[in-house]
Amino acid sequence: MELTPMWYLALSAMVFSIGAVGVLIRRNPLIMFMCVELMLNAVNLTFVGLAWGRNDIDGMVAVFFVLVVAAAEVVVGLAIVVAIMRRRDLATADDISVLRG
Amino acid sequence: MQEFVFLVAAIIVLAGSVGVLLAKNPVHAALFLIQTLFGVAVLFLIVEAHFLAAIQVIVYAGAIVILFLFVIMLLGVDKSEDLSVDPIVGQRPLAFLSGGAILGLLLALLNTVDPIEPLPSADPARALDRTDASGQRVADVNQLAETIFGEHVLAFEITGLLLTVAVVGAVVMARKISGDLQPVPESALAASVGLEETSDDDAEPADAGEGDA
Repeated sequence: MELTPMWYLALSAMVFSIGAVGVLIRRNPLIMFMCVELMLNAVNLTFVGLAWGRNDIDGMVAVFFVLVVAAAEVVVGLAIVVAIMRRRDLATADDISVLRG
Repeated sequence: MQEFVFLVAAIIVLAGSVGVLLAKNPVHAALFLIQTLFGVAVLFLIVEAHFLAAIQVIVYAGAIVILFLFVIMLLGVDKSEDLSVDPIVGQRPLAFLSGGAILGLLLALLNTVDPIEPLPSADPARALDRTDASGQRVADVNQLAETIFGEHVLAFEITGLLLTVAVVGAVVMARKISGDLQPVPESALAASVGLEETSDDDAEPADAGEGDA
């Protein structure tokens, strides 16, 4: 058995599915965010595996940009969570089903 | 050896992901997320993506997860969640079903693709195993820098803009405003601009501010 990019793709498929299930079944908005991070990491793993398999640097450049966008996304998302939680005491995402104050 | 390291890292990554999925306490979920991210960094190291492994640890484990932990502590939302109740009847089985479907489809797709081989027409300047004049392999960070600041420099600039927008947006949304918005007092405005002829009106904005409060 030799390490091939396929191993990376298979692992990343598993991590992506776990993250997707997490977004669907968890109700704490913070943990839903963490599961989104899991899915982003699965995609990063795919990019790096393919960059290695294809012997091309562009896959790693994509990972760099995904990292930056993920950081920006977390900052804005957590700011929204903080702003909502300040106004009312809520524990789950089901409590924010109406988009008005 | 590579295969062994991959398997160990893969087990760490999968265990961490399942931990994030099942942890009742958000703090535990954040710690499991750190475990996953470190595992992914090891997987990056195996294929010699050293720079990406470093920023994976610094940006993800060092900044993003710490931000999560800060918010958890700040809001006091570290209440445990009861995972045994299903608030929307039938949602959970459906979620597992769709997750399993995604996994099944992806793995089936992987089964059909051809083995991944180096691009036949790969530009030698972009090959990962490029060597310099003295026959030494060019480090991945040098190659990344050349590509990002060369071919992708516009995307890089836009990324900087995106980060600025994100920071400003986060500050605007998370700021606590007490009472109604007040206009900036004219005296303060005049002082910042350097005007000196407003000495007569000094009292007026202060009165207006008190009246509103």
